[in-house]
Amino acid sequence: MSTGIVLQIAQTLLAILLAPLLMGWVNQCRAWLQGRSAPPLTQPYRMLRKLFHKDAVLAHDASRLFRFAPYIIFACMVLAAGIVPTIVNDLPFSPAADVIALVGIYALARVFLALAAMDIGTSFGTLGARREMLVSFLAEPALLMVFFTASLISQSTELPVIVQTLAHKEFAIYPSMAFAAVAFWMISVAENARIPVDNPTTHLELTMIHEAMILEYSARHLALIEWAVALKLFTYSALGIALFVPWGIAPRGDLGALPLALLALLVKMIVGGAALSLLEAISAKVRLFRAPEFLGTAFLLGVLGMLIHFLLEV
Amino acid sequence: MALSSYFLVTTDHDIPDIRRAGFLYLLIAHVGAVALLLCFGLLQGVGQGLAIGDYTFNTMRLAEITPFWASIVYLLALFGFGAKAGLVPMHVWLPEAHPAAPSPVSALMSGVMLKTAIYGLLRVTFDLLNVQISWWGTLALALGLLTALYGVIFAAVQSDMKRLLAWSSIENIGVILAAFGLTLIFYTDGKGALAALTLTALLYHAINHAFFKGLLFVGTGAVLHATGERRMGKLGGLLRFMPWTGWLTLVGALAIAGLPPLNGFASEWLLLQAFLLTPGLTQPYLNMVIPVAAASVALAAALAAYVMVKFYGVVFLGQPRDPDLVHARRTTWAERLGMIWLAAGCVLLGLFPVQVIDWLSPVVRLLTNQTLVNDGNWLMLAPVSAERASYAPLIFLAVVAAIVLLVFFGVKRVYHGRVRRVDPWDCGYPEQDARMQDSAEGFGQPIRQIFEVFMRVERETPDPFDRKPQYRGDSRDKLWLLLYVPIARLAGWLSDQVGRLQHGRIQWYLIYSFATLIFLLVFVTR
Repeated sequence: MSTGIVLQIAQTLLAILLAPLLMGWVNQCRAWLQGRSAPPLTQPYRMLRKLFHKDAVLAHDASRLFRFAPYIIFACMVLAAGIVPTIVNDLPFSPAADVIALVGIYALARVFLALAAMDIGTSFGTLGARREMLVSFLAEPALLMVFFTASLISQSTELPVIVQTLAHKEFAIYPSMAFAAVAFWMISVAENARIPVDNPTTHLELTMIHEAMILEYSARHLALIEWAVALKLFTYSALGIALFVPWGIAPRGDLGALPLALLALLVKMIVGGAALSLLEAISAKVRLFRAPEFLGTAFLLGVLGMLIHFLLEV
Repeated sequence: MALSSYFLVTTDHDIPDIRRAGFLYLLIAHVGAVALLLCFGLLQGVGQGLAIGDYTFNTMRLAEITPFWASIVYLLALFGFGAKAGLVPMHVWLPEAHPAAPSPVSALMSGVMLKTAIYGLLRVTFDLLNVQISWWGTLALALGLLTALYGVIFAAVQSDMKRLLAWSSIENIGVILAAFGLTLIFYTDGKGALAALTLTALLYHAINHAFFKGLLFVGTGAVLHATGERRMGKLGGLLRFMPWTGWLTLVGALAIAGLPPLNGFASEWLLLQAFLLTPGLTQPYLNMVIPVAAASVALAAALAAYVMVKFYGVVFLGQPRDPDLVHARRTTWAERLGMIWLAAGCVLLGLFPVQVIDWLSPVVRLLTNQTLVNDGNWLMLAPVSAERASYAPLIFLAVVAAIVLLVFFGVKRVYHGRVRRVDPWDCGYPEQDARMQDSAEGFGQPIRQIFEVFMRVERETPDPFDRKPQYRGDSRDKLWLLLYVPIARLAGWLSDQVGRLQHGRIQWYLIYSFATLIFLLVFVTR
């Protein structure tokens, strides 16, 4: 048990520390693909350091909700990082929340961010909050559908059991998981505010969603939000790995498999980050009112995956 | 019950709109009551032949009823109780009557009175009827999901606080009814343990809804009392002027949005677990229906979060849209207490699901002969087995709180806690005012655009040369136009026809009496 707790804390800390690195890697790849000279891999860390050192600038009417939201959002993402298996499977904290609770954690963070955005009462804040909720009301059920497909196969909503089943069952092709994988990809793109739904580098009012919400934040609050965003990307990538390419995650108690698991994680993250930036580079951002269509497609694919599971795999 | 609450609804009876709402409520409640009387009459009559029964539950229980008549009884019960609960398409009275009543009454009506209909439905279906047929469950599931989605979509486009909450009650009733349908499906399929799980989720959600909806209505009442305003377009920034109401309402809003670790999430979690246990069902067509049903429940839950961000954000956050709001009266202690215990209920019901399920188990055993077995310990809820699913809200909350505190004090210690207060950034455009925030209509606009098929939207957009530009957008329930207006027209036509009998001539009236007398004599002597 005590090794379990040590491993749990180590894995969570590793996720917290590695998350900005993944962000840096995606940014680097994107810069290369766009023919720019890339910022160094450690750029997100420098950014965080700079932000933490600055004085927080708050609007006169900012309430406590506004000041506390970044901490809650960050805590939610840390919690998510504690649940999603990255290196070791079946850690002591995982029974506290299953995949449905995981969706709840993301929702909690999102609602707080949206509420904080509406707190000052600028037109951009409310605009961002409205758009974010618009994107999420389709993305969240779609994510649940993906999880449902996986949990119908593994007869469980516990992530460790899902990973265990999918990684160690004799090799079988699940057509439903193929649909779920496409849906999951579309959802992660939308939820992490990437192209084609949102553009993380834009500040153009016609297009921005996530950036509009955090316009009023500065210094340590902004640093926490940026870090939470990086963690969200990291946990979503880890989720994708756990659901669709789970091979390599060490089972519980098998300390010898740890180095290999770490290596596997790094390789998968590098490939995944490169793929994300490649897909971003070749697609264009869609109009805001096409975003529900995009997510509606993801939702339908998720439902289809579930139906196909019932049709072909039961 | 309908009568006494009619008087509650029409407390402010000097306002014509409220009288109209009260009448609509009374009408639909009575149509429902007629169906219920027929339902109980059938239960009594079919079993006993033509003997005069005593109408006790015991004789009804003993009634040997054929599946056909049982189905009729069930349909009548679903219609009757559905009308009282606000099931689509009998929901039209609810968004009229609940806002018309004073806020504490709305809280009572939404929180408790709607549930009595659910109680009745459960009682008739599981207790009084000896036969249950599986398509009943499918019907209830479909109607419940329709109600849930319909309710939440309309909640998203409302701009009156109480009307928004009333529509949200329709959504929650829909979720509860969907759980009822799923319970029936499991029960008729011989899966008693799963029926117990679903029924537990149903009862749990019913209690939860009483708490968070009660809290939100009382909070709305406090706002109404303090500002005299319930149109969201005139409110804003109230968290600053009414901190107690603001923070307590936040608890309710987060709970109803289904966010962990509050109570709304716990019951939705149980319900979703029930949906995931369906592969054991014997009828293959259900396996097709249920994924779509699970998707609809998830969609309704996500939309509920949208609605609550809109509700809370527009009313309590941002800048006051009316300069008078600065003088909003503070709440009294009585008002605060009324909210505090409801908010505490939301938190505790969310943190101790295992204990709540224990309390519910006698009811569940009574109706399904099984109880939900918890495989976890007192901290951890694990409805089927710990391998299958588990959720520990207390640990969840403890970890989030610990991380928040750790990060908060860590950041303060390692760096500094300096804060500078400035004006909000104006994007280089110096004239920012409160009207530039999203109004309630603006926040609901995407939903209106996506789901326009369900509503009739009337828009009046300003002309570019208007001196005083005004915008008006009104989203009406299409069912009202498609279903109720024709029925009302038909009723009007029929009464016109009957009205022709009335001439005011005494001879004709005497002939009527005479004809009736002869008819009755023939009827009796046969």
